Amino acid sequence: MNWTLLLEQTLNGFQFGILLFLLAAGLTLIFGIMDLINLAHGSLYMMGAYFAATFTKWTGSFLLGAILAIPACMAFGMIVEMIALRTLYTRNHLDQVLATFGLILFFNEFVRLIWGPIGLDIPLPEVLNGSVELFLGIRYPAFRLVIIAVGILVAFLLYLLVSRTKLGMLIRAGASNRQMISALGVNINFLYTIVFGLGAALAGLAGLMAGPIMTVEIGMGEGILIITLVVIVIGGVGSIKGAFVAALLVGLIDTLGRSFLPDILGLFFSNDVADTAAPAISSMLIYLLMALILAIKPQGLFPPRGA
Amino acid sequence: MKLGILGTLSIGAMLVGQVTFAETVKIGFVTTLTGGAGAIGNDMRDAVELALDHLGRKMGSSNVKMFYEDDTFKPDVGKLKTEKLVKKDKVHFVTGYIWSHVLMASRNSVVGKGPFMITSNAGPGPVAGKLCHEDFFSTSWQNDQTTMAMGEVLNQLGIKDLYIMAPNYAAGKGMVAGVTRTFKGNIIGKDMTKFPAQLDFSAELAKIRAAKPDAVFVFYPGKHGMQFFKQYAQAGLNGSIPLYSAFTVDSLNLPRLKDLAEGSLMTQFWAPDLDNAVNKRFVTDYRKKTGRYPTFYAAQSYDTIMLINSAVTAVGGDLSNKKGMRTAMRKANFPSVRGPFKYGNNHFPIQNFYLRKAVKDTDGNYTTTIIKTVYTNHQDPYAKDCKMSW
Repeated sequence: MNWTLLLEQTLNGFQFGILLFLLAAGLTLIFGIMDLINLAHGSLYMMGAYFAATFTKWTGSFLLGAILAIPACMAFGMIVEMIALRTLYTRNHLDQVLATFGLILFFNEFVRLIWGPIGLDIPLPEVLNGSVELFLGIRYPAFRLVIIAVGILVAFLLYLLVSRTKLGMLIRAGASNRQMISALGVNINFLYTIVFGLGAALAGLAGLMAGPIMTVEIGMGEGILIITLVVIVIGGVGSIKGAFVAALLVGLIDTLGRSFLPDILGLFFSNDVADTAAPAISSMLIYLLMALILAIKPQGLFPPRGA
Repeated sequence: MKLGILGTLSIGAMLVGQVTFAETVKIGFVTTLTGGAGAIGNDMRDAVELALDHLGRKMGSSNVKMFYEDDTFKPDVGKLKTEKLVKKDKVHFVTGYIWSHVLMASRNSVVGKGPFMITSNAGPGPVAGKLCHEDFFSTSWQNDQTTMAMGEVLNQLGIKDLYIMAPNYAAGKGMVAGVTRTFKGNIIGKDMTKFPAQLDFSAELAKIRAAKPDAVFVFYPGKHGMQFFKQYAQAGLNGSIPLYSAFTVDSLNLPRLKDLAEGSLMTQFWAPDLDNAVNKRFVTDYRKKTGRYPTFYAAQSYDTIMLINSAVTAVGGDLSNKKGMRTAMRKANFPSVRGPFKYGNNHFPIQNFYLRKAVKDTDGNYTTTIIKTVYTNHQDPYAKDCKMSW
């Protein structure tokens, strides 16, 4: 058993999980509090990457570009919420799916009109472009370490926000029982806009961190959106703790599965069978996990109390 | 008086000729025009338009009408568009096809239904072997060939332990099969990644680092190639384990990869600096028109139009004479960017393969240059499975 490989893959799994968490946290809040299925969350992820690419080009620094892109995403999200999404709260989920799917198509074309059909690149500062020597002689890409660090920091800040502030209290209450807080006189419209803006900022952060590793291009959010939906189902809709645990779980299982499944299968079957079956099965693993969780605990791992 | 009658008769004959055989040549071109891979489709379209410009927008005396269709990188959409071209637009030639899985899905909608099918890129094994057909031609190559040449190169370089990565679809499997045919060393690792969904190769790169091969060979067309090279460098593997590729580095992503790909070695049937008159004209005019170097996708598409032109002019514009057009195409007697070549019995080119390197040219632009010839007049391994002979 190659321990350095296992450790490196675990780190990779964490990094993927952290990216998923940033997306899932926003999506689960929006679904849990506003009862809105927002398929356009992947588009917010894409906007974050595009904003960061443009700001980085203008300012010449990735750090500045990132710092500017996050409030830009938040503002963008709030504008989208106010213009397009307010009418959807009273409608059923299928209507919301249709409408937000339309938003995906709209945003894709919007991006094509402004930035063109070819993707963009986000150049990283030299220090982030190489790899770092960790313990046990493992070399790990510096930027991926930054992603993990930022993700953990954001998770901690979210925890503080949700458990220690008034806004957080409203969020938790809203996730438990929306009608009640409305009846208690809280300004629902304002709360919804803020929550959506927060979700958009988180999605944008995920996008701008994924951008330098993978290209910034039209439709980049669609693939990861599906996995994010799986994460929030596993974690429990409306629960940030659930999103965190589920995201890390999904990230680890997907990455470790992809790395070691061919070898594990190779122990039982011939090499040919292992070679063909492994890529197929490893892409199914997270859905199998979701099915399992739904069978045992349909509300998810950590459903918000009262749900 | 006699001259007058002669003159009138000849003009009359010419006019009759014009009127009878002025049917417009309709050519369908299925490619990816939107999304991440849209850049490739646009490149091919630019080359087709350039070819038509070089021909004066006519083939012989016939007008040409192009029908560009977008397969959006999906086999089912590609098949739908192909059917539209055949049934609704009634094209005489269906061409294009970047992706092998789109081609395989669309083949049966064309072949045997009337139009000729000419692939300008994809070359999966089955259509060169068991599924070869008298109406199917290729102006590119068969998927296994380019990587067979790479396997040969790796042998010559003395590589003993090789790690292979490719996407898990028809062409990916074909490319890997090609290397496996000719490479004599050990393949110590092979990863087939989910295509096109998987863009993050961190898990596989970690395995490469642990396996410590002498070299890595990859096939990642389009944007995946960009990602792979970037992540390879970010993982710190760039200086330590040499990276060889096929169809991964092209004129579209080289300007963005810049130094990351400089010095990278790959095999191909063509390069922008291939020394023949047709290619020089093609590359010069392409750069004038678009401001960038053409990719091999463009070169192959240019040849597709020239091949069709040779067929149409050979039958004098009589597009119902399929037998005549087929005979003309089989001769491969048209100005090709790869120089003169012959067709095998399966209508796939028998051609040279070269070792290419990514370099900077005198203007500071990134392009590829030919280092040496690996195979001369190489025929694909599926030709023997094809039952056609002529």
